[in-house]
Formats: sequence, structure tokens, C-alpha cells
Amino acid sequence: MHETPMITIEAVNKFYGIYKALDDVSLDIAAGEFFSLLGPSGCGKTTLLRSIAGFDTPSTGDIRIDGQSVIGTPPNRRPTNMVFQNYAIFPHLDVEENVAYGLKRLKLDANEERRRVGAALDQVRLGHLGKRRAHELSGGQRQRVALARALVMRPKVLLLDEPLSALDKKLREEMQVELRSLQKAVGITFILVTHDQYEALALSDRIAVMFGGRIAQVATPKEIYQRPTTRQIADFLGGMNFMKARITGETSTRLTVETPRFGGVTLDKPLGFTARNGTATVGIRPERLRVLWDDARAEFELAGKVVDRHYFGEITHLIVDVPGMEQPLSVSETNNFGADDIPVGDAVRLAYDPDALVALSD
Amino acid sequence: MSGRHGIPKSRWLPAYVTVYLAFLYLPILLLPIFSFNNAATTTFPLAGFTTKWYASLWHNTALLEAARNSMIVGVSVAILSTVLGICAARAITRYRFRGQRAATGLIMAPLFLPEIIFAVSLLMIILQLGVELSLVTVILGQVIFCLPYAMSVLISGFGGFDRSLEEASLDLGETAIGTFRRVTLPVVAPALVSSLLVSFTVSLDEFILAFFLSGTEPTLPVYIWGQLRFAAKLPGVLALGSVMILISILLLTLSEIIRRRAEHRLRAEGALNA
Repeated sequence: MHETPMITIEAVNKFYGIYKALDDVSLDIAAGEFFSLLGPSGCGKTTLLRSIAGFDTPSTGDIRIDGQSVIGTPPNRRPTNMVFQNYAIFPHLDVEENVAYGLKRLKLDANEERRRVGAALDQVRLGHLGKRRAHELSGGQRQRVALARALVMRPKVLLLDEPLSALDKKLREEMQVELRSLQKAVGITFILVTHDQYEALALSDRIAVMFGGRIAQVATPKEIYQRPTTRQIADFLGGMNFMKARITGETSTRLTVETPRFGGVTLDKPLGFTARNGTATVGIRPERLRVLWDDARAEFELAGKVVDRHYFGEITHLIVDVPGMEQPLSVSETNNFGADDIPVGDAVRLAYDPDALVALSD
Repeated sequence: MSGRHGIPKSRWLPAYVTVYLAFLYLPILLLPIFSFNNAATTTFPLAGFTTKWYASLWHNTALLEAARNSMIVGVSVAILSTVLGICAARAITRYRFRGQRAATGLIMAPLFLPEIIFAVSLLMIILQLGVELSLVTVILGQVIFCLPYAMSVLISGFGGFDRSLEEASLDLGETAIGTFRRVTLPVVAPALVSSLLVSFTVSLDEFILAFFLSGTEPTLPVYIWGQLRFAAKLPGVLALGSVMILISILLLTLSEIIRRRAEHRLRAEGALNA
């Protein structure tokens, strides 16, 4: 892809006194992309989003939107619109007036304005609530008003600051599906800030994981989940079993290691990898370990003893002590075959695929 | 006999409440009653209905002068207290700063200080400074006294104001000035109106500061006090008092209605943001 990116973040730093909120952040986001900024609170994701919107100004570096530098351009003259975390619905206006708020500046004729407001409300399925006030709306409905109010401005980029965090779980999942199809329908670039890894994985074309003001990894959801580059990223995106492995061979891109119980494997070398005393951290996700029932056989197996069991409805987490490993392994098994009935204390054999192992920077 | 929660219900409670309310409000009720009584004394039985005491108010130049003074003071005090109150309430609700609690407490303190001590101290300082007593000195004194009232109304109004509303407006293409006009002002307007009305009402009824600081230009309460020495003037004072009570009640009711409507709206908004 050689088109101009919709958003270019170039070497952006942001200081608050001696505190570094953004630390040398560089990023390209393509037109029409659903891009997520994922990280724990205080990682700089919101500061980055607000810098794109124009509410924060980078201390150094450049931000370009559609090829134009926006440093020094106030929020009201940027081609971006934002959905705020608390939605910021104007309490003194009804739903239609909220959606029409930005259009008033454009001095459209009355019919055109009404048509665009109506279309925006239909798009978020709120056509029937146009006369309601903010305090008469549910959380999900406010969220839709905020979306319609931003989309009606036809921005080049829609910025979403934790838009689903105030909703309960079921509504949140519904809105995720809706947000994704809305983005497909309008086709503009969405940038979502979230601390919820499942939300980022489910919605995004690409994710940037941030820690301490720095971007740790930018990749597709699948890649970031399956091939995290650091232990911190792997940990943030769900459970992972970690182990120390002795390095026996190293090229510029590959790493050959001897693991405690997973044998000798050759893995992709993560970016910025440095060995520590000739060892590397290797990880495997709990669901990539499978219980072998009865006398079933697998090419790669290891044996252990169940020391604990946690039931989660559709899955069960088995904690399996494997002799020779520092930490017991966490195994996530679906309950189709009765993993929830394996007694604590029983011996189990586990199957794995060596491809599921990843080498990680510490 | 026991009530809903097992607490014995006293038959004396309704009686007590009746006596209490009668003690509180009957004297005030007497004011309008005697103000329509066709006699110069305030004794029963009533001597017949008349509106002459009210009519006489219009021909009393000293009284009209006092009313004019009260209006000047009341409007000035309302505007000054509200403007100062806006600054303080905005700072208190929007920022965290060192000494915030102390500052809030000190601003609110005149509510609880003995007003007469406050008035005497102010008078001493003003005389020391060689400033002549006038309506201006009354206004200065009353602003300090009204500020806590204005503040408490404004803090509840601004406390619910969500900063992201202003950001949302900017984000939707509106300028800073447009944002103030289209979002900030309408959202806090009820609190402003309420603050103006409350300050005005408090100033209108205020006596001690006005008495100490007004020099030769009495406000209405000071004028009334002066008239009480002459028995013949009493019915006129009663008529004037009735008018003032009516104005006060109307203004306070209006301000409370506005404040409650605004609070209801903002609380509904704030509930989700919490």
C-alpha cells in the first residue's frame, strides 16, 4: 500500500513537567482503517487521541491528517470528530438539536440540515427519539446520539475515547458489533481508545499496544494476540504461560532455544530482542495446550498432575504441575469433553503444537 | 398505638407543629391584615377595609427615595455577588488547589458570623480610611454578606457542569466564543439567574449593615425602622412591609424553581457520568 496515510504521527513527545505522557510515538494509520490504541490507564493512549483531536498539543513532533500538518490547528478546524467517554450530550438540547449542533455552523438550508440529521439518526437507529432530552435517554442511546452527532459532520477521522466503558457487558457486546458495521458502512477511519483487550481484538483492523507513553507493538489483532513481541504485551492480552529457555542458536531473525519441557525449538526473534545470561522468555497461550483423553496420542506431549481447577462456564482452567518446570502450566480447555470433571490430583497428558510457542523480549 | 416503624405516634406532635407554624407565620399574616385596616392602631376588632395606606405610599417622597436606594443597592449587590461568586465557584468546582477548603470556608463564613460585629468592624475600618458613608459602602458590605448565598447556588450549578461539553462543542466546529454562548451560558444560566435573585432578596431585607453603613441615604429596612418611632406612621409601614414580603416571596420562589429545574437536569446528566 503506497497511498498517503490518513494519519501520520511523527516522533511525537508530550511532557507534563518531567512526566513523559508520550515518548517518541510514530504511527501511520490508513484511510478507512479501524485502528485501536490499547493499553492500561496512564499509558498515553488518551493523550495521543486528544492530540489528534487538538485538545492536547505535542511538545515536539508532527501530526498530519490527510497529508496536512495540524499542529497549531484548533479542534474546531480539524477534520476529526470525537465521541467522548461520557458522551458529553448537551443537556439543554434535545437529540435532534444535539445532532444538528455542528451543522448550524455550516449554514445549510433548513431542508438539507433536517435531511442530514434524520439520516444520521437513522444510521444509529434513533430516528424515533429525536425530541428526547439527554436525561431521558439510556446509556446506549446516549452513545448513539454521540456517534450520530460526530458522524453527521462527515469527518475524515472519527475518534472514540473509551466509548463502551460506561455500558454493561451485554450492551457493550451489542454495541461492539454495531460499531464495527457502522464503520464498514461509513467507510471512514475510526480510531478507538480502549483498555479492554477483547474490545480491541474484536473491532480493529490493527491495534497499537501502548505502555508508559511508548508504542510497544502495532499489528493485526491476530498477530498481536498470537505473536506478541514482549512479555508485557503477551500478559496484557490475556493469559500466557511463561518459561525461561536456554539459547542454543541465534541468527538475525530466528532464535533456537532449549525449553524445560517443550524440547528444542526454533522461533521468530522478536523486535529489539536481547538475551539475558544466554536465556530467552518463551510463552504459550493456555488454550494452545490440549488435554489428551484416554490413550489418545500426539506428536508433542507432556505429562503432569492437575493441582487446581477453575470453572468458567464454557471453559475450565486446569492448573497442571509439570515436573521440571518452574511454574505450573495454565491450560484452558473447553467443557465439551468433561475437562470440568477432571479431579484435582489426577495425572494428565497435554498435547501442544511447537508453532504455538513464541519467543518474547522481557 | 404505634406508627409504621413501630415508633409510638404521639398525639402531641400535630399540636406542636400547629403551634410552631402559627408562631412562625401568624405575625407575618397580621402585617397584610392590618395594612388593609381602616384605623391607625393595630388592634382588633378590625375597623373596616381600606387601601389608603397603600395609596399613601405613593405620595411619600422619603419612602420612594428609600425604595430607590434599596433598588440601587439590591441590583448592584446582586450583580457584584454573582460575578464574584462565578469566579470563586468556577475555581472551586473546576480546579484542585492548595487551600481550597480554607478558601471555601472563609468565603462562606459571613453566613455564620454575628452580623452586628461584622458591621461594626466594617464601619470602624471605613471611618479610619476616611471614606464617606454612602450607598457605595452599603453595597460593599452587603456583597461580602451576600457572596455566601450566591456561592452556594452557583457551586451547585457549576458542580454538575461537565467540561467535556465545551470540548464537544469545539470538536463540532464551534469557536470558543460560540461555545460560551451556545453551551456554557445556557447550561449555567439557571444558576446565574437564581444567584441574582437570591442576592437581590437578601440585600433587600438586610438591615444591620445598611443601618451602620448607609449614612444619610437609608434603604427601605432602615427607613422602616426610622418610621416605627411614630405611631401614626405604623399602618403605612405595615403596607410597605406587606409589599416587601410579597416581593421577597415571589423572588425566592422563582429562584428556587429555576435552581431545582437546572439541578434536576444536571443530576440526570451527572448520574451517567459518575
